[in-house]
Amino acid sequence: MATQHELTPADPSENSAAAGGRPSTLLSVNGLSVAYGDQQVVDDVSFSLGRSESLALIGESGSGKTTIARTVLRLLPNSAKILGGTVTFNGRDVTNVSDREFRPLRGTQLGFVPQDPGNALNPVRSIRVQAHETAALLKLKDKAAEKQRIFETFEQVGLPDPERVYRSYPHELSGGMLQRVLIGLAVLPRPPLIVADEPTSGLDVTIQKVVLDLLSELKASLGISLLFITHDLAIAAERADTLVVLKDGVVQEHGTSASVFAAPKSDYTRELQADVPAINPDRYRAARSVRAAAAGEQPTKQIELRSVSKTFHTRDRVITAVDDLSLSVQRGKTHALVGESGSGKTTAVRLLLGLEQLDAGEIVVATETVSGHSRSQWRSARRHLQLVYQNPFTSLDPTWKLERIVREPLDRYNVGDKSERHQRVVEALHNVGLPDSLLCRRPTNLSGGQRQRVAIARALVMHPDVLVLDEPTSALDVTVQAAIMDLLVRLQDELGLTYLFVSHDLSLVRQIADTVTVLQDGRVVEAGSVEQIFASPEDPYTQALLKAIPAVPRLGEDRRVLDHAAV
Amino acid sequence: MSYITLPERSSVSSSTRKLFAGMPPTVFLAFLIIVIVALWAIVPSLFTSHSPVTAVPLDRFESPSAAHWFGTDYLGRDEFTRVVYGTRSSVLNAFVAVGIGLAVGGALGLIAGFFGGLTDSVIGRGVDTMLAIPAFLLAVTIVVALGFHTVNAAIATGITSIAIFARIMRAETLRVRQSVFVESSYLQGGSRLFVLFRHVLPNAYRSVLALSVLQLGYAIIVIAALAFLGYGSPPPAADWGLLISDGQDYQFAPWLVYCPAAVVVITVLSINRISRWLRNTN
Repeated sequence: MATQHELTPADPSENSAAAGGRPSTLLSVNGLSVAYGDQQVVDDVSFSLGRSESLALIGESGSGKTTIARTVLRLLPNSAKILGGTVTFNGRDVTNVSDREFRPLRGTQLGFVPQDPGNALNPVRSIRVQAHETAALLKLKDKAAEKQRIFETFEQVGLPDPERVYRSYPHELSGGMLQRVLIGLAVLPRPPLIVADEPTSGLDVTIQKVVLDLLSELKASLGISLLFITHDLAIAAERADTLVVLKDGVVQEHGTSASVFAAPKSDYTRELQADVPAINPDRYRAARSVRAAAAGEQPTKQIELRSVSKTFHTRDRVITAVDDLSLSVQRGKTHALVGESGSGKTTAVRLLLGLEQLDAGEIVVATETVSGHSRSQWRSARRHLQLVYQNPFTSLDPTWKLERIVREPLDRYNVGDKSERHQRVVEALHNVGLPDSLLCRRPTNLSGGQRQRVAIARALVMHPDVLVLDEPTSALDVTVQAAIMDLLVRLQDELGLTYLFVSHDLSLVRQIADTVTVLQDGRVVEAGSVEQIFASPEDPYTQALLKAIPAVPRLGEDRRVLDHAAV
Repeated sequence: MSYITLPERSSVSSSTRKLFAGMPPTVFLAFLIIVIVALWAIVPSLFTSHSPVTAVPLDRFESPSAAHWFGTDYLGRDEFTRVVYGTRSSVLNAFVAVGIGLAVGGALGLIAGFFGGLTDSVIGRGVDTMLAIPAFLLAVTIVVALGFHTVNAAIATGITSIAIFARIMRAETLRVRQSVFVESSYLQGGSRLFVLFRHVLPNAYRSVLALSVLQLGYAIIVIAALAFLGYGSPPPAADWGLLISDGQDYQFAPWLVYCPAAVVVITVLSINRISRWLRNTN
């Protein structure tokens, strides 16, 4: 593996001057190998990170990227063993120093921004207490001085009302604000290095952009180095100077963002690049134009929601989840329902499937008005309307075997006899690209992608007209996502299915949808064809969503020029 | 921790080997003890040549020896033989007790957790009431009402354990009921009963099963305690609790207390060990 290139690009001279003879490389990892028990998860990984630079470790789940970050931070669990290699921080080998020697480095030298802001702060202690815990590292003379620094930092990370945040408990703040608090706490002691482990994967897309902008800005203004851990190649390419692509613990590719992006050398990076929706808006254009031509002759509405409203009543307030929502989906087309968390897209889907009763409006599937149906009427209506859930790890009964899982709808609706059912199960499995040999397996023995294929097979086995896809790939890795999307596009082509595709990922929507409805707070803010909405969004919210799609660096462009422009 | 590796034998099927491989030695020992105790209950005559009832006046109060492992009692009967013959009633009645708790408590918990609402409230308050009454007091009261017999003691023990079974089953059912795959089954046309028995129950019963093993040990103790206090079958029955109770009258022959008591303790500890192992391996 070619891992030993000199990667630190020509060093910004003002830095080494300020450093006064300190090494220009802040962090370097050399030939690192880590194993959990017998299983080696990191194999001979080397990279280095210079001062006020950013480096992204990219990989899918199981690629070892988090293990590397944990090794750098010395947060490895006891079951992990460093087999070889060194981690050098600020010119000092910290691979095998004792915890006592390492502790002073934490916080003051190495900051950490965790993945899930909802879990990273202690829920029973106020932000004030937790901020002072960090501020104590500064060794200021009293609490008042600490408080002043905390407020300064909170303002720096763009928290609008530091006083309120300071006095709040974590549950009183939104996810985006919590992530800012965490970033604030990480930069408060001004560490030269911040490790950010998927800092935005739990956040909505617009907030994701704001957080990433903030990190880039802090990097520029405070001269902090950033070590990003991410699964998203588009974000990494947009934000980092250097990329390290990992697969199964082995470095696949290593170089400046621009060069890796412009001319990927390894097959894996090429595959990854082809699979990222933000980089390939036209992946399914051919299939889409075929659909457009076919449907052009005689458009029929397959699903129609007319002025649908739904409110929920909790003890002390009324939440309008869906407000006067109208949309229609043409037969054989893909309609995307787009919005961030709390936009009402899930409620809309549940109303369509009869899992919730609507307050006002009307839902028409094919030519039948399904709203107001009785239980048994719903039962027959749902034969043609199937749902694929977001998370295949929870949507399949772990105690059942695959054959029974896929056959369940046939059994419940009494379709055909025993051999015919078996026939249809096998056919559905073949349709989704799974071999019969899996029939006797249970879901626990399958990968995430295989599970989602099973879920799709289960939906297809009734030969439905409509598939409702509720973020069907958001729990999956990007290459698996691409394979599932390929499958869905192929199935639509072969079986003439109509898709209602629910997603928060606009780059994915741009790839596969024909028409789109953008929801915000339960209302439709914009609707129309994908070309029209993506080319000229009219509503400011839609514009913000579109801006959040990571900008793909054009080939050959110097990243640092862009960074300076951003400041 | 070290693990037992069994010698490979052709008669041992591969699945059994897989079960024993990786089992901690203490668990293996516990299983061995339970198997012996189970055999005592099924075929007591294999383990002893003495009679549990016939008095031998010449051999009264002999201390433990090769001929009489646990010594002899005030009628000269072999104490070991009495313990072995007493196993059936002590252990089988513990199963009766757990069976009652598991069936009634499990059903109540399943219904409460699955249907929720008013059903849950009514069952929940009933369970709370049962938990408020000290279990042993309740058991004694029930035995007095039903009559002095070991089976009645077992029924009483079973009734007192209903509440805890119901609690655990309800919690598990609530967890599983909210799973996505349960909703998915409804969407595929599954009826409530179908979902309850095919999806919810198979996913909820595991921790209740581990609890029932634990409760088996507890039931043995409670039944022995009831017998000790005279709420079980009257002599000449040989319930473990009764043996301990009989022995306490003769302080110069302490083996009449220690030996049957040791059997109870070892059996219950073995069951507890197995229960904990089951819970951790699942």
